[in-house]
Amino acid sequence: MSEKKEYKVIGTRPIRHDGVDKVTGRAIYGADFQITGLLHGRVLRSPHAHARIVSIDTSRAEAHPGVKGVVTAEDLPAAEDKMADLGEGAVSLKYLCDNILASDKALYKGHAIAAVAATSPHIAEEACELIDVEYEVLPPVLEVRQAMESDAPILHENLRTSSLGETGDKPSNIASHFQHKKGDIDKGFDEADVIIEREFVTGTVHQGYIEPHNATALYNPDGQLTVWCSTQGAFTVREQLAEILQYPISKIKVVPLEIGGGFGGKINVYVKPVAALLAKKTGKPVKVLMNRADVFEGTGPTPASYITIKMGATNDGKITAAQTSLVFEAGAYPGSPVGAGAMCVFAPYNIENVVIDGYDVVVNKPKTAPYRAPGATNAAFGTETVVDELAEKLNIDPLEIRLMNGAKEGDRRADGPVYPRIGFIETLEAAKEHPHYASPNGKKYHGRGIASGFWFNIGLESSVTINVNPDGTVNLVEGSTDIGGTRASIAMQAAEVLGIPAESVNPTVVDTNSIGYTAVTGGSRTTYATGYAAYEAAQDVVQQMKARAAKLWDVDEDNVQFADGEFSSINGKEEQISFRDLSARLGETGGPVIGRATMNPAGAGGAFATHVVDVEVDVDTGKVEILRYTATQDAGKAIHPSYVEGQIQGGVVQGIGWALNEEYIYNDEGEMTNASFLDYRMPTCLDLPMIDAVIVEVPNPGHPYGVRGVGEVPIVPPPAAIANAIYDAVGIRMTELPMSPDRLLKAMGKI
Amino acid sequence: MAKHPVSLKVNGDEHDLLIEPRKTLLAVLRDTIGLTGTKEGCSTGDCGACTVIVDGKAVTSCMVLGVTASGKEITTIEGLASDGELHPIQQAFIDTGGYQCGFCTPGFIMASKALVDENPDRTEEEFRFALGGNICRCTGYTKILEAVLQAAEEIRTNS
Repeated sequence: MSEKKEYKVIGTRPIRHDGVDKVTGRAIYGADFQITGLLHGRVLRSPHAHARIVSIDTSRAEAHPGVKGVVTAEDLPAAEDKMADLGEGAVSLKYLCDNILASDKALYKGHAIAAVAATSPHIAEEACELIDVEYEVLPPVLEVRQAMESDAPILHENLRTSSLGETGDKPSNIASHFQHKKGDIDKGFDEADVIIEREFVTGTVHQGYIEPHNATALYNPDGQLTVWCSTQGAFTVREQLAEILQYPISKIKVVPLEIGGGFGGKINVYVKPVAALLAKKTGKPVKVLMNRADVFEGTGPTPASYITIKMGATNDGKITAAQTSLVFEAGAYPGSPVGAGAMCVFAPYNIENVVIDGYDVVVNKPKTAPYRAPGATNAAFGTETVVDELAEKLNIDPLEIRLMNGAKEGDRRADGPVYPRIGFIETLEAAKEHPHYASPNGKKYHGRGIASGFWFNIGLESSVTINVNPDGTVNLVEGSTDIGGTRASIAMQAAEVLGIPAESVNPTVVDTNSIGYTAVTGGSRTTYATGYAAYEAAQDVVQQMKARAAKLWDVDEDNVQFADGEFSSINGKEEQISFRDLSARLGETGGPVIGRATMNPAGAGGAFATHVVDVEVDVDTGKVEILRYTATQDAGKAIHPSYVEGQIQGGVVQGIGWALNEEYIYNDEGEMTNASFLDYRMPTCLDLPMIDAVIVEVPNPGHPYGVRGVGEVPIVPPPAAIANAIYDAVGIRMTELPMSPDRLLKAMGKI
Repeated sequence: MAKHPVSLKVNGDEHDLLIEPRKTLLAVLRDTIGLTGTKEGCSTGDCGACTVIVDGKAVTSCMVLGVTASGKEITTIEGLASDGELHPIQQAFIDTGGYQCGFCTPGFIMASKALVDENPDRTEEEFRFALGGNICRCTGYTKILEAVLQAAEEIRTNS
């Protein structure tokens, strides 16, 4: 594949196919959905962070005028001792079900206990207050180090630690411990002239999508269950519903409506099974909407973590050894993204001797969910701060030490994979050459920080069909919900193959009955994998239409070629017909043409990013102002550069929020005390400069156009980059996130 | 709960309604009138997704009771395009890629419209200040600001 290939559609900036719908209010999101006879559901949530549920009496709620049905965990099929297969390994069905409606214990404040369906949302809310729940309140444990103590309150009596192939013999909050090893760690540290070892703590943060979770469910008397919702993956919702409700997949249809942000947080189901239970109980369609407090308290945040990093380097800057312990909060049930964090923690560097230990620990907080490069940001905060400190100790420029040690094609990561062609070095060079890096930096209390990041990206299954219209346009049918412009980035790949403008491809996201299995919009996979499927489906269209042209011209199919939107005959007859003209003649040549492709591509190329940030620290208030921000990133090939820039800018700003302000604040009882957008401070446009996104293109050999996923890696470097900039500004190494004014003032000894 | 008569003029059309006093203007617009373009993100006036224009001012409609809006003139996102033509702010959001999921977009567009109607001659800094009550989680705001500045420029040029 040539790196300089010329494209007609790829790399241009057409407007989104859903553009008008989304600026006119016509796009239908989950909460906008209406259906005749609709009831409204509301979930009662636990006021306690840790409590045994002694009894639930729903009789007063059921008697409340307007109430049509009440459900509790008793309405879920018995889940004891079963495992659920959600495609990514088996998980305990009891844990899965208990997170939907608690059966024996409430494990976090906000844990769903019961739900009501009524003729109005207000009546449903009133009725929730009439449900009598008797709790035996237990002490909560909210922090991983405390949860690992031998005398810590135990969340799950049946949970035993699975550690390096052995299973523990007593109850523990440590769900699992794993290890990756490469080389000889002792030898690596022996070779080092400088060794830095630091501890890091990161807070619990939320994905913060603006659209709350929602679901409308309908059980028809024929047993068909339909769920309309916003989700990152209609098929994963179908799988989860089938497992939780123990209901046949063939009887479940999930209709994905527009989705108002997800960032990983709209993969797991919460109110969808509840709406289904209420619909079954009442025989009517039921809509369940969360409010903002429900979202914070009842849906997966991303984990807080406790991380130790030890790295050693020689005097000339070669990193010889790296060791880490990553302890991640899983929330109330096992399953934090510590595995992904371990894959990413030292991924940007080629280090001979590495040991990585990962721990998954349950605490009395909502079950964690993926959040944009899950685990990688926590890990990079530690690594990139220590690399900065090594550079400082060795008197080497922080970009140079990264260039000297940066991973390249052929290098092996500690967790196994050998890199194909990657573009980390190119992101460093782009940062080095950017005017930002050469600009003056030396004012008092101003500082500059550098950090890099990695996310591996994923492939997984995608299906696409393409129907050719008689006017030379095509209808592209896909199963990937569009969170940020993927209708366009997928359609453009089909348009490139077919030699037609992007506007001549009409993409539609359809329900689970209307397309082949398609995995979630997540893992930065959609433009890569569903785009790849669109490419292959378009190739299928071309093949079929070649046969039609051959039929028209009475030549052998092999004698038809296709280029630049024109079919032509080679070897003899001089014939030519455009894609558009041939598309009008499909009826007479054999009927409609439908191209199809299903994929599970293995070559998702990893993404690297390097960020440069300038900050000003207000030493009186502890506030950190972002003055300038430049993010370079290897996109492989940017299909739609504006939308790639948008992903980078959005990810950077989420990372800035994580770095400076965002955290779940708990009181001693385990209650989140800031469950609102007022008190959980996400960045607004007031807090930011324009973010300069620099796209580097090192084509991914695993995709026909060289695409790498772009969505996730931009969130990875910001906390470390900002910490390094704060150090440059005031000489204080911040090792705890967020680096909020109070923490910074404390670190500076001002309070 | 007893309902109260309320007359609202929404996007130029009169609506005579009977509504419960606990219903917010947002709920009246979305559930009673059926204008679901205005979004509910937080219900506490913190995110701006529900911004509509009431008598010329940008207002978070989740913080207004429907009964108190009686007699007011309200513009929602559905009332912005006219004669099949998008408003310059809507067009600018499309052109620059000023949204990703699109959920905060109606609120941002209505807040921007109120600002630009009042005075299109504002600096980036002033727009940032004035749009500080609207949260977007997808874009990092860069392309939103580009859209608003581009639309304001166009409106200044054409006025």
